[in-house]
Amino acid sequence: MSYNNWEAVIGLEIHAQLLTESKMFSPDSTAFGGSDNENTDPVSLGLPGALPVLNKRAVEFAVRTGLSLNCAIREKSVFARKNYFYPDLPKGYQISQFDEPICEKGYVEYFLDGEIRRVSIERAHLEEDAGKSLHTGDFTLINLNRAGVPLLEIVSGPDMRTPAEAAEYARTVRRILRYLEVCDGNLEEGSLRCDCNVSVRKKGENKLGTKVELKNINSFRFVEKAIEYEIQRQIECKESGEPIVQETRLYDSTKNRTFSMRSKEEAHDYRYFPDPDLLPLKVEAEFLQKVRSELPELPLTRAQRFQTAFGLPAYDSFVLTAEKDLAEYFEQVAEVSKNAKAASNWVMTDLLRELNEAKLDVAKSPIAAAQLGELIAMIDSKEISGKMAKDVFMEMWKTSKPPKEIVKTKGMAQITDSSAIEKIVNDVLAQNGQAVADYRGGKTKLFGFFVGQVMKASKGQANPETVNQILTDKLKG
Amino acid sequence: MNLLTASLKDLAQAVQSKKVSAREVTEKFLGQSEKWNKQLNAYITMNDKALEAASAVDQKLAKGEKVGPLAGVPMAIKDMLCTKGLRTTAGSKILHNFIPPYSSTVVNRLEGAGAITLGKANQDEFAMGSSNETSFFGIARNPWNLDYVPGGSSGGSAAAVAAGMATASIGTDTGGSIRQPASFCGVVGVKPTYGRVSRYGIVSFASSLDQAGPFSRTVADSALILETICGRDERDMTTASEPVPAWSSSIRKDLKGLKAGMPKEYFSDKLEPETRKAVEKAVDAVKKAGAEVVEVSIPLTEMAVPIYYLVATSEASSNLARYDGVRFGHRADFSKNPAESLAEFYCRTRGEGFGSEVKRRIILGTYALSSGYYDAYYKKACQVRRLLRQQFLDAFAKCDVLISPVTTSPAFKIGDRISDPLQMYLNDIYTTSANLVGIPGMSVPAGLSSSGLPIGVQLLAAHFQEQHLFNVGSVIEEAMNIKELPSVLQ
Repeated sequence: MSYNNWEAVIGLEIHAQLLTESKMFSPDSTAFGGSDNENTDPVSLGLPGALPVLNKRAVEFAVRTGLSLNCAIREKSVFARKNYFYPDLPKGYQISQFDEPICEKGYVEYFLDGEIRRVSIERAHLEEDAGKSLHTGDFTLINLNRAGVPLLEIVSGPDMRTPAEAAEYARTVRRILRYLEVCDGNLEEGSLRCDCNVSVRKKGENKLGTKVELKNINSFRFVEKAIEYEIQRQIECKESGEPIVQETRLYDSTKNRTFSMRSKEEAHDYRYFPDPDLLPLKVEAEFLQKVRSELPELPLTRAQRFQTAFGLPAYDSFVLTAEKDLAEYFEQVAEVSKNAKAASNWVMTDLLRELNEAKLDVAKSPIAAAQLGELIAMIDSKEISGKMAKDVFMEMWKTSKPPKEIVKTKGMAQITDSSAIEKIVNDVLAQNGQAVADYRGGKTKLFGFFVGQVMKASKGQANPETVNQILTDKLKG
Repeated sequence: MNLLTASLKDLAQAVQSKKVSAREVTEKFLGQSEKWNKQLNAYITMNDKALEAASAVDQKLAKGEKVGPLAGVPMAIKDMLCTKGLRTTAGSKILHNFIPPYSSTVVNRLEGAGAITLGKANQDEFAMGSSNETSFFGIARNPWNLDYVPGGSSGGSAAAVAAGMATASIGTDTGGSIRQPASFCGVVGVKPTYGRVSRYGIVSFASSLDQAGPFSRTVADSALILETICGRDERDMTTASEPVPAWSSSIRKDLKGLKAGMPKEYFSDKLEPETRKAVEKAVDAVKKAGAEVVEVSIPLTEMAVPIYYLVATSEASSNLARYDGVRFGHRADFSKNPAESLAEFYCRTRGEGFGSEVKRRIILGTYALSSGYYDAYYKKACQVRRLLRQQFLDAFAKCDVLISPVTTSPAFKIGDRISDPLQMYLNDIYTTSANLVGIPGMSVPAGLSSSGLPIGVQLLAAHFQEQHLFNVGSVIEEAMNIKELPSVLQ
């Protein structure tokens, strides 16, 4: 993407809802979709006298994520109150972290256009979610089930220059969160939210332009589109001499444009101060070490391992590591089949095609990884042909039966016995005297015809290599 | 046995040995309350389930079941503490209709020990005041002289005990709100170490300062109540895991080896002669019991009130944000005159719901936390607070207990100071430090002024050293041997 003499500067704030069973500061359930205001104890309701109690699991998830984003984990971090009035914010303040966040100064690497790129992470801090407001005519309805659900806000540096970079960075963070099993990363349901800070400046300038914050973006495609729209809008402003206002803008995906929500003049003074109901959070070295030792292999490392250990092309390695379950599935197929290349092809084309069509997660695949591995091994040992394998695969998809059983009951085993094949070849040549004569007279293109006839006669079960060999011998005359 | 003036210990014993039934006791106190509450206004709401609870205690006793140490003891609970199903107002219009769906940990522990909640005690609105004059439900009066304030903010809790409308009560102390009314009403009042008592279910005023504590007729009674309500609560992260000693049965009146400090800054010219004399008498008694008396210095004493009014108002401005008329409590009537904006909804609701002292403090605190002022006010106050803490720790390296006045003078007349907030705030000069530092403090009666008003003495100890307060307090209590009763009990 090129913007003539302009350069865009993009930073992202990603809010990830943590998959804890209870809320950030109360024993209420975090389950999604319960009946309205069902999960609301005195703490979630902000009743007089209710007090927050820190959820240790949320801290563990934050540390796990922070370590994976190469962050420093503060030994002592502080919860602060962010004060503002809104009907779905029960206490009139949000418990968040301000100048002493739990994670800071990290970075994340991702792969785009053939190279590894790096985005700095300024901080990742814990906070609680607000409830939901539903505006209906004269009334606003409030549902506080979400109020108090733990969030980790991950703030990147202003390091990205194109919408594609921003979207790929966001996907990478989502991938990591899912690998760590700390967030389900569902943008549509809002369990992952992505706010984009966008500004433009003349190329070569060091000073940052006035930034605009984009909100209400519920897919990665829209991250790209919203930023693209916003960059163009800001360039147009600059070129026509219109000042850019520091403001928050909402993205409307149906119109593919952003519109102003509130400007800085209306911005709040949040009056942050340390929450006196919560003691400073201390992360002990022992705990840190424990969390570190339990970290899984992360997607980028895994992709690189797939390239070196299995000789996979970069593209394949990224497709296969996009989801932890898929990567694990592939590894099992590769291990059982002892043929990583074929495993990669089968998983990326046949399996993903069927999964996408059926809208299934790989974890729910009707074909177990070991069985797909077995199928590949059967091709390699010439028990079945590649063509037959496709049919067996579909049968496995439908019935979840092991490939050996399918091959046996359907009589699909490959004929490798050369005397049996020789008999079929002899029959075919006897029935096609004219064609044999033509072939011997120079029409060598007819070779394919003979192969086809032999395969047909063997119901596709003859080993093609043996067929070729015997045919060549016999046709020599 | 005069039930109304009996100590908690004697009363509980009488109930447990079935000399008197819990129901009789409760009836007696309800009668006294009915008789005097119109004038004293010590209670905002009576508990219509009190007799039921008393009967339940009697039934247990009849069946020979074990009852708690407070079984059948009628208590007043400050209206800051949530009581399930019983209106809890914090003395404010904004909560005039609030019936909590849950009880505070303190109330649960008291009731679990058999105490009978007689009713909810009057107080300054959101505990903001030193005279009980800011209550939306009217002024509570001093049982010793109805023209005088009972002190505040826990004025109703102190007055109820002094007037025989409860054997004991619970108050909260953010800057002296237990010790000052205890002093004004001639009863014992204790603010324990910060972290001793769970704040869960207690309306927050200033979270880093608030502690609940007892009012009682005797020092030992307060110790007994504290044994019941103190201790770690998993619902309040600021509670301490420190074990709770058996204070009431460990009281020692031999003070040999104890060092009592007199902080010189507490005995300045501001102190009225009669109060000074009362404190000196108490010091003499302590000496006589074997303690060594030393002079100590807390140079930052005069900073305590300014720090307090920055820290407390800052925290309060945030703590009181939840009273917005959205989920509970008062909401302005928008039926005829709808709000045109969210801001108007809040302004009208909160404008009507809060009294002027509360508004003043919310504005003060909001200002102190505002960007551009935070460093100069809130942050600076926190820094000086740490220095003050260090000065107290230094003082406690030289002595075990500090003895001082509670206030510069006894109770003042209703209306005398309410129009001058600064004068009212200075009333807290000797009490706010204990909250800022987190140490325990007690007010123990030390005599009556020439005009017949009680004077208390303040005792302070290092963190978690409440036993010193009970020991020294008991010595003073015994030496003073005050027999006078307020007119409502004569």
